[in-house]
Amino acid sequence: MPEARPEARQWRRFGAGEQLVRFAVYLLLVATVVAAGRSVEIIPEFLYDAPEQMQDLLVRMWPVDFAHYPKGVHAGLMETLQIATLGTLLALVLAVPFGLLAARNLTPLPPVNFFARLVLVASRSVNSLVWALLFVAVFGPGALAGMLAIAFRSIGFLGKLIGEAIEETAKGPVEALTAAGAGTGALIWYAYWPQIRPAFWSIVLLRWDINVRESAVLGLVGAGGIGMALDTALNLFQWERVAMVLVAIFVVVIIAELAVTQVRKRIL
Amino acid sequence: MSGAAPLRAQPAYLPPFRQSNAQRAAFVLLAAYALYAAAQFDLTWARFIIGLSNGARFLGRMFPPSFANWEPLLKGMLESLEIAVLASVVGIALSLPLGLLSARNLMPAWVTWPARSLVALCRALHPVIVAILFVKAVGFGALAGILALVVASVGFIGKLFAEAIEEISLKQVEAVRASGASFANVITYGVLPQVFSRFVGFGTYQFDSNLRNSTMVGIVGAGGIGATLFSAFQRFDYDFVCAILLTIIAVIVIGETLTNVLKKVFRA
Repeated sequence: MPEARPEARQWRRFGAGEQLVRFAVYLLLVATVVAAGRSVEIIPEFLYDAPEQMQDLLVRMWPVDFAHYPKGVHAGLMETLQIATLGTLLALVLAVPFGLLAARNLTPLPPVNFFARLVLVASRSVNSLVWALLFVAVFGPGALAGMLAIAFRSIGFLGKLIGEAIEETAKGPVEALTAAGAGTGALIWYAYWPQIRPAFWSIVLLRWDINVRESAVLGLVGAGGIGMALDTALNLFQWERVAMVLVAIFVVVIIAELAVTQVRKRIL
Repeated sequence: MSGAAPLRAQPAYLPPFRQSNAQRAAFVLLAAYALYAAAQFDLTWARFIIGLSNGARFLGRMFPPSFANWEPLLKGMLESLEIAVLASVVGIALSLPLGLLSARNLMPAWVTWPARSLVALCRALHPVIVAILFVKAVGFGALAGILALVVASVGFIGKLFAEAIEEISLKQVEAVRASGASFANVITYGVLPQVFSRFVGFGTYQFDSNLRNSTMVGIVGAGGIGATLFSAFQRFDYDFVCAILLTIIAVIVIGETLTNVLKKVFRA
């Protein structure tokens, strides 16, 4: 029987090979999840009294100790904001060169690209808390260690995204300027920069927003900011003060997000 | 600005991409702020020099890394992996319905508003802070870490899912709806095919991010390699610290390679 009738044809979205690969991926995923679920150590007794403990926690946190804000929280909060801002600025200064070197179209030298990418990956692979531990060991506890931790963690993020933004630029302006005899500096300033400017500022704002959140916890390892106040209150089981610190962090994070949205609307 | 230009005598040469006065003022303010904040941080040359010599000593003690104590290292790393896998799975499973509920093009406002607030609440606090609260609620161990990272995952990909769904083309949804499909069918045949590959992208990104964070939540007692790392730091056991850090970076790089393969399979 001829298979010419169009309604009898089977349409498949994926070929046999693709289906096989997808099936294998699904199988592997399920196997991984099952293996992880079976071997992870969860103590059931802890789970049973979790609701009770949660309730206990909330009761201890109430009422929030707002009186503690002026003496114990405000200074830390301001320090956190400064850590985030200065860290982002320092990271920007350090990340731009690596971003330029990592972009394959701007720097057509594979070994240099590789080196820049390696630096960026290394910076991103180390969590900001670990960077903070390292800098606390080097510079001693305090906001300086926190700022450097934020900066070193942000280099990878900013550099990678700036490099990608440069790689996505249109070639037209670059070729036109090259044909007119422009040097590298002029190329970057007149051909690449106008094209990546919106992406650049939105990347910086995004990272600042992330850094405000991250710098709030650095104090747990001694790197300054509001985390120090949180750590003290936690160690002394002063849950009303813990609640105060959490409320303060929450409010600052929300304000930072709103500010970033507003600034983005204005300048982009 | 340009409207008034023809009336005035034009200067012979205007440099391209001139900055407006407001932009210049913004940069001056930013620079002034950076100087002020740097002064607050007690950034002095002497401290920098002391820090450098500390850093040299520190690096000297970190190398060569010592893998002699490999048993806790392996155990902690495995637990971190389990935390990351389980938290990603549960987090993604919870984010799918939440993302759908917060998509404003498919749901009425009285549904999206609570769903969006819940997602924003999950995103507001840093995973490590959430981990502290869960350690209090469910005790020390991997469960607290898993729950903290589930919250972080919901906060992040719940938002991205909702944004992806809001960007779909409604034509296909209308077509499916016009053929008399039920709501579930509209979702499966009209919405999900348009966003699936982006969901895979977000999911893999979140897994990478959970893997990084799962190595950190141990600092506050929520399971994984972080506890080992933190105690090694406190014992000044820096060559072991170096071994742990190298292992973490290796695992993260392998994880990223695997998720890239996954993205290629699903063309995300």
